[in-house]
Parts: sequence; structure tokens; C-alpha cells
Amino acid sequence: MDKENANASPSTAAISVRDLRVSYGEREILHGINFDVTRGETLVILGGSGSGKSTLLRTLVGLEKPTSGQVWIQGKNMAAISEAELHEIRKKTGMSFQGGALFGSMTVGENVALPLREHTQLEDSTIGIMLRLKLEQVGLAGFEYHMPSQLSGGMKKRAAVARALAMDPEILFFDEPSAGLDPIIAAGIDQLILVLKKAFRMTIIVVTHELASAYLIADRMVLIDKGNIVAIGTIEEMRSSVQPRVRQFLDRVPEPDIEGELDYLQTLTEEYRWHR
Amino acid sequence: MEFFSQIGAGVTNGLAYIGSLASLGGRALYYGFAGPFQGKPPRLGSATSQAMEVGVRALPILSLITFFIGLILALQSANELAKLGAMNLVAKAVALSMTRELGPLITAIVVIGRSGSAFAAEIGTMKITEEIDALETMAISPIHFLVTPKFLAMIVMLPCLTIWANTMGILGGALFGVTQADFTFGRYIQTTIESLYLRDITSGLIKSVMFGATITAVGCLEGLSTGTGAEQVGRSTTRAVVMSILLVVVVDLVFTGVFFFTGNR
Repeated sequence: MDKENANASPSTAAISVRDLRVSYGEREILHGINFDVTRGETLVILGGSGSGKSTLLRTLVGLEKPTSGQVWIQGKNMAAISEAELHEIRKKTGMSFQGGALFGSMTVGENVALPLREHTQLEDSTIGIMLRLKLEQVGLAGFEYHMPSQLSGGMKKRAAVARALAMDPEILFFDEPSAGLDPIIAAGIDQLILVLKKAFRMTIIVVTHELASAYLIADRMVLIDKGNIVAIGTIEEMRSSVQPRVRQFLDRVPEPDIEGELDYLQTLTEEYRWHR
Repeated sequence: MEFFSQIGAGVTNGLAYIGSLASLGGRALYYGFAGPFQGKPPRLGSATSQAMEVGVRALPILSLITFFIGLILALQSANELAKLGAMNLVAKAVALSMTRELGPLITAIVVIGRSGSAFAAEIGTMKITEEIDALETMAISPIHFLVTPKFLAMIVMLPCLTIWANTMGILGGALFGVTQADFTFGRYIQTTIESLYLRDITSGLIKSVMFGATITAVGCLEGLSTGTGAEQVGRSTTRAVVMSILLVVVVDLVFTGVFFFTGNR
């Protein structure tokens, strides 16, 4: 555990998570998560399927409610703020969803312009310039009149990033940015994240299970397994870790034969939960 | 004991469902009518295109169905009225049944089939592709963005469609009246107008507004409560249709009762 960061006051960190527990119904998914993300840092949340990493991300952006513990974003406790304050925070954060989550009935341009139209009083011409700028940033110049259904998987993700960037966010969240993409396109998305990190000094949180991409973009990594943080640290710290679970994940060792029936059943139900 | 507790649970669930519908409807209408005074006007462009889809595109099928219903009503009532030698009452029977009951009800059922199911499918698909989540993270209320336009479209278009349905039903009755029962077209229409009170028409239109609100609330609620996975969208759509038909009939019963006991018959 990174002592210095763990003790940082919630008010100075971009994101602080304190003893976070999240349950779906009776079943607890996250069992007390603690970490901090400093401003301008890129944190990669690693974990296998069913580890709880997606739930963690959804809780960070406020889509799931914690059963206990707190999420602090830019010094504000997400559970204790008014709806207006929550909206202010959400305008300053962007989220790129796994499948893009573009609105199918709108063109790419309208998708990117949507937050601007909803939250600003800018004129149409200004919005037009801004959306072309954002599309250019993600390498999609000239696609503003395309429908999302006409785009390939990688382009959809780029368009989703452009939409997440529309409000010039200070914090950017990525859910599985390279899942389902071929290696070349995935590398392109990694490059895009690196550019955003270097050029705009954004705080970036990426959830992924792609090690190669994690090594490339991360300042620090968190490894989550079965709802607990197994390890947190810089790439070097993770690489030199001797913890068996970290080694297993980083060295891609397959799961040993399942020991007890109880474990087996738990694995089964977890898989079932996640794929339902 | 088990039996009673099951009944209790069923009633509680039913009431909770109606509570959720009312809450969703209330919030949607709040955005629709209070929003403009808080600098957040409803998305009228979207409401207009929804109205086009819900209303105008439903006209051909609705016309056909209600024309036939009017014709059927005339045939059925003529059967009995002929025995009494009161064939001139056919026009009145058709007019009253259409405006008070069948016009609003048949319209609602056609709209459930076309639009209630479509709302649930559209919103349900957006739910599983994380588009609803995306709206939330962009600080855009899914209710303001998606549900309010549908509500506005429905509560405006259902009464319009109902008026159209009433007209087509009466025309259907007129086809029988003119060909089988010594009416001229002019006299059939004249008799219809004389046998209707304004109250007959307005009570049907009030019902149709309530039907519109019910169908939208059910369709949107089912869509929004879609689980994960494509088959859940199908399930939501089916539930939306079944629940809408049930609740429309319940609403119909309640309002018909209210009109019955408050009216000067």
C-alpha cells in the first residue's frame, strides 16, 4: 500500500476512496476499498472478470451507491452533496463507456455536442467549432455527420472519448478502453490516453484487464481481486512484487484447479452474476 | 396463512408499482411544465418527433380499426333494435359507444401496441448499452431527456387520435345506416349530432389523456427497469404491453365510475 497517498487528506487528492463497500442485494462486491488518486495522475485499475473493478468504477462515477464508506471527488463527499453539486462535479468529469454508449438516434456530432447544448449557453456556431475540435483531438475529423452505427468499434470508442472530453473535464474515466478491439486500434486508444494525460494534465482512471496497455499508460496501478485491493503501486513496484496473487496476474498464470466445492460454487455464481 | 400472505405481498407489489408509475409520471410532468420557469425547457423538438411517431403514423391503422369497430357496433345493435322496430336508434348507439368508451379504449390499445412497446424497447436498449448511464454521468436527467418528451407527445396526441377514432367509428356506423337502414348520410350524421351531449365526448377525451399518461409511464418504467442482456429488453417490452392494457382498463373503470356517479344522467 502506498503509505503517503493513503494518508493524503481527501481535500487535496482528485479522488479519495475510504473503506468503500458496495453490495448488489445481499452479496457484497467490494469489501472495503481505500486509495487516493492525485491530480494529474493516471491510475489503472486491474482485475480479472468478476473482480469488482467495473463496480468500483461505476461507484466512482456515482452510478452505484456504496453501502458504506465514502468516495471523495475533488474534496467533496459524493454521498453527502446536493443534486446541484453532484451535477457540477459530473460536468467536470467525463466517462468513456465500454461499448461507447453513443446515442444511436443522433449523429456523432450531435452526440459530442450534447453536453455542451445541455449545460452551456453557447451559440450553435461555437458549439460546432468545439465539437469539430474534439473530434479532431480523437482523430475523427470529418465524421460529425455519420451515425454511430456507421462507425467501427474503435471509432465508436474514439467518438465516446470526444463526448467525454466535450466539457473539458478535469477527471476522465475509461471503462475497458481496449476491450474488443484489435491490437493496432487498441494501441491507438492507448496513444490517445497518453496524449490526453500529457497535453491536458487530466486525472485519468482506467479500468482494464489488458496488461500491455496498463504498463504503457499507468502512473500507478491497483490490482483488485474478489472485491479487495491486492496491491497498489507504481509499475516498478508491481513488477517487483512478490505477492502470489500479483505475480499470478502479471505473469498470466492460469487459475489452479479449484480447491473446494464452496470456492467452485462461488466462482460459478460470480460468473453468472457478471454475465447475466 | 401462506395464501393470505401471498395476497398481501401481491397487493403491496401492485401498490408499489403504481407508486413508481406515479412518481415517474410526476417527475416527467414536473420537467415538462415547471422546467420552462427554471431555465430548463422540455425538449420540444424531440416531443414533436415523438408526437409524429405516436400520433400521425398511427392514423392509417387506427382509422381502419375504428371504422370496422363502428360498423360492427352498428351491426350488433341493429340486431336487437330491428326487433323493437327502432332502427333509427342505431346512430345513437354507435355514437354513444364510440365517444364514451370504444373510441378512447381502441385508440389506447392501438397506441400501446405501436408506441408503449416501442418506448419500453427503446429505453430498455439504451439501458443495456449503458446510454442511460452515459446520460447520468453527463449530468443530464434521463427523465428530462427521454421521458418528458414522450409524456408531452402522448397526452397531446391521444385525445387527438381519439377524436379521429370517434369520427371514423361513426363513419363506419354510417356505412351500415346508409346501406341497410333507410338513413341518408346527412340524416345519419344529423341523428348522431342530436344524440350526443358534449359531456359524452369530453368524458372520453379526459379518459384518453389519462390513458396516454398511463401508457407512457408503464412503457418508460419498464424500459428503465430493464436488467442486463438482450432478452431482458424483450421481457420489458412484453411486460409494458400487458401492464399497459391492464392499467388502461383499470383507469377506464375508475373514470367511468367517477363520471357515472357524478353525472346528471
